[in-house]
Parts: sequence; structure tokens; C-alpha cells
Amino acid sequence: MMSVSEIKSIKELYGLDLIAPGHRACAGCGALVGVRQILLASKRPLIVVNATSCLEVTSTPYPQTMWKVPWVHLLFENAAAAASGIEAALKVLSRKYGRQEHYIIAFGGDGGTFDIGIQALSGALERGHRFLYVCYDNEAYMNTGIQRSGATPLGAATTTSPVGARIVGKQQQKKDLMEIVVAHKIPYAATASPSHWKDLVNKVRKAQSYDGPSFIHLIATCTRGWYFDPSESIKVARLAVETRYWPLYEVENGRYRITNPVPNPKPLEEFLKVQRRLSHLLLPENADLLEKLKAYVNERWERLNKLSTCFA
Amino acid sequence: MSLLQPKTLKPMSTSEAIAYAVKQANVDVIAAYPITPQTIIVERLSEYVNNGELDAEYVAVESEHSAMSACVAASLTGARVFTSTASQGLALMHEVLYVASGLRCPIVMAIANRALSAPINIHCDHSDVMGSRDAGWVHIFVENAQQAYDRIFQAFRLAEDNDILLPVGVNLDGFFLSHAVEGVATISDSEAALFLPPRKAKYYIDSSMPMTFGAFALPDWYFEIKYQVVEAMEKVPKKLAEVEEAYYKMTGRMYGHVGAYRTEDADVCLICAGSAAATAKFSVARMREKGIKAGLLSIRLFRPFPVESILPHVKDAKALIVMDRAMSPGAPSAPIGQDIKTMLYDAGLNIPVANFVYGLGGRDISAAEFESITTKVIEDLKAGRPIERGVKYWGVRI
Amino acid sequence: MAEVEKIILPGGIIDRPGSTLDYKTGTWRVKKPVVDLNKCTGCLLCWIYCPEPAIRKRDDGKIEFDYDYCKGCGICSVECPTKAIKMEEE
Repeated sequence: MMSVSEIKSIKELYGLDLIAPGHRACAGCGALVGVRQILLASKRPLIVVNATSCLEVTSTPYPQTMWKVPWVHLLFENAAAAASGIEAALKVLSRKYGRQEHYIIAFGGDGGTFDIGIQALSGALERGHRFLYVCYDNEAYMNTGIQRSGATPLGAATTTSPVGARIVGKQQQKKDLMEIVVAHKIPYAATASPSHWKDLVNKVRKAQSYDGPSFIHLIATCTRGWYFDPSESIKVARLAVETRYWPLYEVENGRYRITNPVPNPKPLEEFLKVQRRLSHLLLPENADLLEKLKAYVNERWERLNKLSTCFA
Repeated sequence: MSLLQPKTLKPMSTSEAIAYAVKQANVDVIAAYPITPQTIIVERLSEYVNNGELDAEYVAVESEHSAMSACVAASLTGARVFTSTASQGLALMHEVLYVASGLRCPIVMAIANRALSAPINIHCDHSDVMGSRDAGWVHIFVENAQQAYDRIFQAFRLAEDNDILLPVGVNLDGFFLSHAVEGVATISDSEAALFLPPRKAKYYIDSSMPMTFGAFALPDWYFEIKYQVVEAMEKVPKKLAEVEEAYYKMTGRMYGHVGAYRTEDADVCLICAGSAAATAKFSVARMREKGIKAGLLSIRLFRPFPVESILPHVKDAKALIVMDRAMSPGAPSAPIGQDIKTMLYDAGLNIPVANFVYGLGGRDISAAEFESITTKVIEDLKAGRPIERGVKYWGVRI
Repeated sequence: MAEVEKIILPGGIIDRPGSTLDYKTGTWRVKKPVVDLNKCTGCLLCWIYCPEPAIRKRDDGKIEFDYDYCKGCGICSVECPTKAIKMEEE
């Protein structure tokens, strides 16, 4: 691992934008904030690979593009495979013809990563290509109109897991993608939130210092799919962290570390009540769902805490 | 010494011949997934890479979908790219095939044609490629190991031409060709390098020119961008002829868009593609000895369908027999039958066409069977009986 | 179609990085952010949380908005630690 210089001040990032405004993302899009921060921190020269997603659609309305870096989109489920192809090509072309090597970041949404793209991701991680995969997780298929995914939390209302008279929202817990990624024994994996920008940008730097695959799981608040006022996009992301719903941690060469301890968590209700996709969990008739979700959040935190402690 | 005299012949299976040609083509990236019957191709390539005989990156992907995805991305990065697949593998690649042509990636892929499930079957037919024939790929059929070897060089030179920039499928019949060993005349590494210098991509993924590849195109632009594939496809027949001419000067070998045998005065012309052409040729020769005026036209360039090259050979025939090694359930004709009939209609010709589906799942077809099919049509002609139109399924037990 | 052929690169490549600048998303805005420069400390937190970006640093270190592109989401006004940004009707 190369030495990583820590980013301490916003001012170090000013002027480093790799996207232009004029993109068509919704006002207050949490994904765009996170993606922008990641690009600000990224080492260069950089190539971006994008799975089909909100980010892809809103950023490249032909004949315009928001991207100031080389960018490629092929399909929904193959961003990790595409990144593999670029990495392999640059490796051999630099060896044979002196082409410049690049850093590579692949962005996929939760649908493109948890569900339809997980095979390609697993393959690329196993093969050990040098690239950073970022799953920006807005916890449903927002691009197609808010359908449930493997990332949707228990009880959440989506258009394919509506709150009905018989069945209330999604009936399954969120898939633990980080554990799947970590099982590939890649050098670096971390969770992040745009609300905690310093934590995020330094995780990007750390991820890119490794000669192998790295992974960042980014919470991406979605004003349309979570139903909150666009101005509260970062506030909601922060609440996710402060309620321990979205633990900020990293797994570096197998060593777990909580990067943002939350010694006095806010009640989970604080996070739930500000979003209409989840606020029905606070109704008395849905108490069992709320308890199950709380148990999931608590058990995950306790486990991460133990793992962090044993590696400390 | 005549150019036509091969210096030495090396015994190789068609798969090995293809792998050897790919090595000599100095390919940069291979991303592939094993599937019978193409596996020998990627096994040999892996050996070349691991032995240091070929300086390339071999990406051992976890599926054919990822194989083609990695190929597309590598190709957009400016690399010379090869992959190989068959059957279910091609089917799994299906959606990526359209991306490869839509983004104008000059990938070369060997397809060891094999039947599609269900029922599962590992043997030859053309169902795989026929299911992908509208994906915007150039498709070439080969009839033996020599053609396969030669076509690999031609395919790269054609695909990477900046006027073309289309992916090319080199189709070889699974097992009948992939596993058959023949003598193959090879070119030297220096001849290969001269015929096929390193790829010079005009646009590629690089920070020196930060471009966006694969943007979101709405109804105001989608049609025009997609139409590029049609325009490029239209240039292929002439460009392939030029490529073949250059290859001919070096090797004395040329195949053309079609392979014609005794078509000039044929009453009935057999039309087929792939390894069956050799059997059909033998059959036609035998029929000619008996005074039966049969001819053979094998489709070597399948996409774009080389109408201009086919018509002169068939326009004077009294009937055509189109042999398809794939079916198109519910359609009025099988795949090549559809193309031939469309071609005749556009040319204002009303030549009767007998369309047979044969050999599915690797069922062999013999010279005697070709003769039997042809004789029946000729007898009908003589007797003034109408040729049975529609699709018939040769040899199926019903 | 001759004109179109000249414009479209192979496969619809876009060779103008950052060309969404052609499209002024400021027209989407319902409310606009206004900064009180007396309260602005130039911490740039609004800038790091802007999804567009449509916030610039002025020569004096304080911030200004690019109303051509600001969609008026209001994240900046919520996140500003000195409450220097107010959302006003257009």
C-alpha cells in the first residue's frame, strides 16, 4: 500500500470537480452529492464506468454529458465486467505500446449491484482487477419508479412492495452486501455517507491506494423514492448514520474498524419518521416490523463493534 | 514457385488453427468463458499467454455475459480483442452483442455453432447464431480449418477498418469442424504482422481526450446513432473483397462472399452454410457424373447477406433448395430461406424455393441425402409438379 | 442526413466533456437560495453538499450561487452552519 495523505479541509478539494452542472438529476439528489465528493477526492487520471442507473441516465442526455473524465456505460448488470475489460486493456496496452495507466471507478446503483450485477461484481473482485467499485445505494429501483430491490429495508413501501391491507411493505431484511464483498478478501471495503464527507473522501483515497479491487458502499438518499423534502437530503443521510442505521466502517485487509463511532445513537424512529417510505412503521399496528428492523440494526452494529474491537 | 502451393501443412484442429491465428494476430485482450465445443480455442490461447508466446491479457470471466462486456470495454479502450463462444454462451451474451455493434467495437469472436437447450445438446447446429443475426455483427461461415485460420486475420482487418468498426463473428460448426484435424497452411509471424499491424483506434477511452461512450439517447438521436450500423454494414462486402485481395496476394488463398460450385448451368442449386457445404459439394459432383444438373452455393458471408454475390449464381436456376441448420418456429421460412426468398422477390424473380431444416442437434447429413433431396426436386420439375413450398424438416421422425 | 453524419461520432460518442452546461437547470427552480454575506464564513460546506455543483467561491472566500444551474433544492440552506442561506420565492 502506498502512503495515503489525509484530506483535512474542504479547501483541498475546491476546484477539483470532475462533473459539470446542467445534469438532469432531481433537485436534492443524494447520489449526485456522494458521487461528486468521490470524484473530488479521486486520484487521476481517472476513467469512470457506470451501470445503467439514475446516475447514468441523468448525466448523459445525448448529445450532452456532465462528465469531464472518460466515461463508459454498457449495460445494467455489467459495470464490474466492463471495468475488468478496461483495466486489462490498459495493462497490456501500456506494456506493449506505452499507453498511460488510469485509475478506474465503477458506479452502480443498488439494483445494478445487489441484484442483477452481483455476479459480474463477484467475478471482478475474485479476479483482482485494480478498480474501485462504488455502490450508491438508494435502497430501491428508483430509475424505473421505486421498485423494491435486495437493498430495500424491511417494511419499506415501494411500488412493488406497497403498504397493503394484508402485506405491509417489504417483508425481507436488507441483504448485507458488505459481508458478501468482504468474503472476497479484497484489500479494502468501506461504507460511507455524503453527510460525512471527510470520512468518505479519505476512504476513496485509501481505496485507490491498493493494487487490487476496492469497494465503497454509499448511502444515496432519494427525495423521490424516500419521500422527503429535497432540502433534507443530507440531513436524512446524517440521521441514517446517527441512528446506527448506516454504520460507517471499513474492512482493510480483513480488519474491521468503525470509522464513525456513534456512542449515543438517536432512536431509529428519528430516521424513519422523516421519510414516507418508512414512517408507517411507527404506527402501532406495525410494531412487530419496527421491532424486527430495530433488531437488525442493533445486531449488525453489535457485530461490527465486536469485530472492530477484536482487530483494534 | 506458385503462390498456390502451400509451403507446409500443419495438422491442426479448426479450434487450434483459430487459436494459432489469434496468437499471430497479436491480440491484446481475450475475455472468455469455457463452453463446449469452443473450449479448445481458449485453452490454447491460455497456454500461449501463460507460456509468454502471446503478450495479451487473458480475462477468465465468470460468464459469457461478462466475457462480451469485458471485450466491449477493452475494445473501446483501443485494444485488439478476441473471444469465443457457442450455443448458450452466445445466447447469454445476447444483449451485449447489440452494445458491441452499437458502440462500434471491432471485436472478433469465434462461434463454434451448437444447438440450444432444451433439450440440452452439445452438438452442431446454427440455432445459436441465427438467434443473434439481427445484432449488427458481421457473420462469416467457414467450411474447414484452413478457412477458419485465414478468416481470423481477415476478420480483424475488416473489423478494425475505421470505415467499418463492426464486430465480426467467425462461425465454425461445432465438433464437425471444431474438433476435426486437417492440414493447415500457415503464414509466418512477420507476414501476419505485415497484414495486420497493431490496431490504430481513432477514438478510445483515455484521459487525453475525455469522451463519453454509451450515452443515453432519446427519440431525437437514437435512430440516427443506430443507423450507423446499417451504413457500416453496407460497406462490408466491398471492404471484405479488398481485404481478401490483399490476403490473396500474400497467400494465394481467397474464399469470396459465397462458394459456388457448378452453378453456371445448374437446373437446381443447393444453398447451405458451414461444414455441410463440403458434403454437398461431393454430392453435387456425384450427381453431375450421373448427368443431374445440380449446383452448390455456400453462404460464406452471412451478414451482411451478400445479395450481389449470390444472385448471378442462382438467377437462371429452375429451383433452389435452401438447407437451414436452424429453425424459426412459426415463421414462413427458416433463416437462410427467408433471406433467399426476400432476395428473389426484390430481384423480381419467382424461382421456386424448397426450404429444408436439417441436422439439428448435430444430426449428420450425408451426400446421399443431399442427392435424394435434389433428385426429388428435379423430378418434380420434370413432371411439371409444383415445388413444395414452406419449410420441411429433413429426417425428423414424426 | 449529410449534416447529421458530420455531427455523430461512431457509436454516439460525446466528445464535449461537461457539455450539460448547454442546459440551464436553473429554470427548474421554485425557490432560490440567497446568501447573507455578513454571516457567510466561507467554510464551503454548502459547496461540498451541492449536487450540481452550482456554488462558487468568490475572491473574498465567501460563496455565490450560479443561478443558471441551481435547481433550488435547498440543501445548502439546511446545511449552512451559520444559517447564512435563506430560500426565497423566485
